[in-house]
Amino acid sequence: MSVVATTRVERWSAVSVSFTGALAALIALLAFAPLLLGQNSLDNLIQLYFLVILAIMWNALAGYGGLVSVGQQAFIGIGAYGVVFLSVQHSLNPYLAMLVATAIGAAISIPLAAVMLWLRGGAFAIGMWVVAEMFAIFVSLDATLGGGTGTSAVLAFNLRYTPDQRLKYTYWAALAAAATLLVVLFVLLRSRLGASLQAIRDDEEAARSVGVRVLLGRGVLFVLAGAGCTAAGAIILAWQLSILPLGPDSIFGVDWSAKMIFMVLVGGLGTFEGPILGAIVLYLLQTYVSNSGVWYFVMLGSIAIAVALFLPRGVWGAVQERFNLQLLPVGYRLRR
Amino acid sequence: MSLLEVHGVAARHGLLTAVRNLDLAVEEGETVALIGANGAGKTTLLRTIAGAHRPSEGRIVFDGRDVTRLPAHRRAKLGIALVPEGRRLFPNLTVEENLRVAAAAGRKGRWTVDEVLETFPLLEPLRNRRAASLSGGQQQATAIARSLLTNPRLLLLDEVSLGLAPVVVDRVYDALQPLFEADSTIVLVEQDLGRALSVATRVVCMLEGRVVLEGPASELTREQVTDAYFGLRRGAAA
Amino acid sequence: MNWANAVLHGILLGGLYALLATGLSLMFGVMRIINLAHGSLALVGAYMAFLLTEHTSMSTYLSLVIVLPGALVVGYVLQWTLLERSLRAGELVPLLTTFGLLIVIANLLQEFFSPDVHSLPSGSIGTASWRISSHFTVPWLDALILGVAIGALGSLQLLLRRTQIGRELRATAADADTAELLGVDARRVYAYATAIAVATAALAGVFYAMRSAFDPFSGPTQLIYAFEAVVIGGLGSLWGTLLGGIVLGVAQTVGAQIDVQYFALAGHVVFLAVLVLRAVLQAGGLRVLPRGAAA
Repeated sequence: MSVVATTRVERWSAVSVSFTGALAALIALLAFAPLLLGQNSLDNLIQLYFLVILAIMWNALAGYGGLVSVGQQAFIGIGAYGVVFLSVQHSLNPYLAMLVATAIGAAISIPLAAVMLWLRGGAFAIGMWVVAEMFAIFVSLDATLGGGTGTSAVLAFNLRYTPDQRLKYTYWAALAAAATLLVVLFVLLRSRLGASLQAIRDDEEAARSVGVRVLLGRGVLFVLAGAGCTAAGAIILAWQLSILPLGPDSIFGVDWSAKMIFMVLVGGLGTFEGPILGAIVLYLLQTYVSNSGVWYFVMLGSIAIAVALFLPRGVWGAVQERFNLQLLPVGYRLRR
Repeated sequence: MSLLEVHGVAARHGLLTAVRNLDLAVEEGETVALIGANGAGKTTLLRTIAGAHRPSEGRIVFDGRDVTRLPAHRRAKLGIALVPEGRRLFPNLTVEENLRVAAAAGRKGRWTVDEVLETFPLLEPLRNRRAASLSGGQQQATAIARSLLTNPRLLLLDEVSLGLAPVVVDRVYDALQPLFEADSTIVLVEQDLGRALSVATRVVCMLEGRVVLEGPASELTREQVTDAYFGLRRGAAA
Repeated sequence: MNWANAVLHGILLGGLYALLATGLSLMFGVMRIINLAHGSLALVGAYMAFLLTEHTSMSTYLSLVIVLPGALVVGYVLQWTLLERSLRAGELVPLLTTFGLLIVIANLLQEFFSPDVHSLPSGSIGTASWRISSHFTVPWLDALILGVAIGALGSLQLLLRRTQIGRELRATAADADTAELLGVDARRVYAYATAIAVATAALAGVFYAMRSAFDPFSGPTQLIYAFEAVVIGGLGSLWGTLLGGIVLGVAQTVGAQIDVQYFALAGHVVFLAVLVLRAVLQAGGLRVLPRGAAA
């Protein structure tokens, strides 16, 4: 019996077709939420969306690119301050400003990649943190951006929109951003780049020897993660309106990295669905258990350590392994 | 009771099985030549015996004691020494420092730094040279000396001739001669069949993770050995 | 005129950074781990000293007699429990677990010690200074710290070069596998390395706390400075770490001369400049970063 004749290589399975369809339907449905749900729910969902963005972007870097960054908050801050800069000082429509700020974040990430991607491991991790600290200091020194006491985009929004409108439009912006980034990442991972990233992950030298462009692959992920985190920062700004560059509540704070690491570790590093699950977990914790303060972060940190040591594939990774399940068809399957 | 007993050992590298269901016994005082083509599993077997590799199945018994779960450094203290493939000296340590690490960490016995330098006089002038700056032959001598300093009861030599010119290999084997002649128990992996057969008391040939031929060196013909080596015919233990 | 004094102060400050960075450098050299909780552990040392000086009549210097051995134990246990498992779990895992540890420590410190700012008493040494000329003043404490830093680095070098444990450390750092074959217990060696690293961190933390104010969130900043010192001086070289610390210290104090707010920024800029320089040189084919630190 010939093995070749009876084995098919597939991308889609019955499960993944139905799930992907369901996900698309869900996103479409969520678009109608502002017409159905109250302010509180919309507010919560916005938080969920930017957490999802942060989680999938951090996972793109660490899970698919092997780059642990403890400095993505640099881009969150760029996004937030970018929107303030453009909409308050240059009177751009705040939602347009969010788009432009994202582009700016992506543009900044390109030369940054050229410098930082020479580093690996812990050097890269802390190096990115230094970059975030630097941006924070630059901003705090700029009086036009509010200096050390922070700034706000209240004016930019309130001059144009009612609070209700702001909430609705921010909701749609957040949903659109999350959905777009999910699609972009999905397409990227299914492309040749995705396959080469998997190869790099498995064995970098071997991948290089067959012509995989390692630096290019990582560069693309870095820029994507930069753009994505910038978009998240822009949404956070639209949601909370006022921001600080320094101190424990800083928009450039390393707490953001703590949350990203928690979400991705718990959800499943290197899986597509995992970070989304992790974001949901964090969101539920934040909403129903506690959302700030000492014990909240002690809990996050402890769970992250425990998961890293004892459940390294995360909740989703464990489920995936156990049930051989793949809801979103990012990889290939062999069917006999 | 044999000094070393390997029972049903299987060893894997990820998804690749390097050693399958292997049984082997080594008596005290024997010199066993472990031969086989590249990829036959010889290095993996030696590393598994020494504790540098975890077997997925089977047991390893040394001097009556089950050492399967024992980490490598504990086995070294019991008297199993492996001179690894490729020498693997500590590159930034001097020859003397390489030796002293072993002397202090391993078993105590007749081999001391002075003893070893007497046996390998070529190392004496190289004492303070960085290991990375030595030639292949000098490195091999240092590696063997280093393992000797742990006063092994079982010495495992993995391809000591690898990458060395024949003249240099001659010298290495000359230096090893007293060990072969004495009561040391040695298992050596050697690609050079001629040399292997000339120093061994027993030959074990591996192919694809299994033993395919085994017997006293004096009783096996060249033909039997090469057939087994290349897997042309399964030979029987004499 | 003030510039020269600023440079001098920068050199002295470099001593503190070098002391802080020593542990980080050691752990990276031996285990290829970058301990993100390093600064936090230094801070824990400072808080322990704070407890002792607040509740007993001990001087800060005397408290070191308790804090340092305690730090050795903490480091040993930390390696044996958390870091050992992290190392085995994967290349990236130590980064993640030490980051988690950083978050946990910072918040626990805040819980038990309040967010208030404190400082450790530095005795008469803390306020005295030499006046060398009309241009130069050298605070005794800073000079002491530089002296301690050099002493610590020197002792560590001696340990590494002349003792069996030092040889085992270097051998295990080079090739843990082969070291094990010779009877060296790599786990124990790693634990010693972490113990030394945490002890030097605690020492640095205590001196830092004598010199400036600290609060529960000072850990990460110290980590960043230590890391910058290590990278500027070259990963894996002890005396390089001293040099890196000094370069960083001078950059910071000179920056502060220009504008007080430029203190940290100047250090960051120099750090990134060194990175860029190394990247450019690397692109040109020179090997400037050791294995494991660069792509």
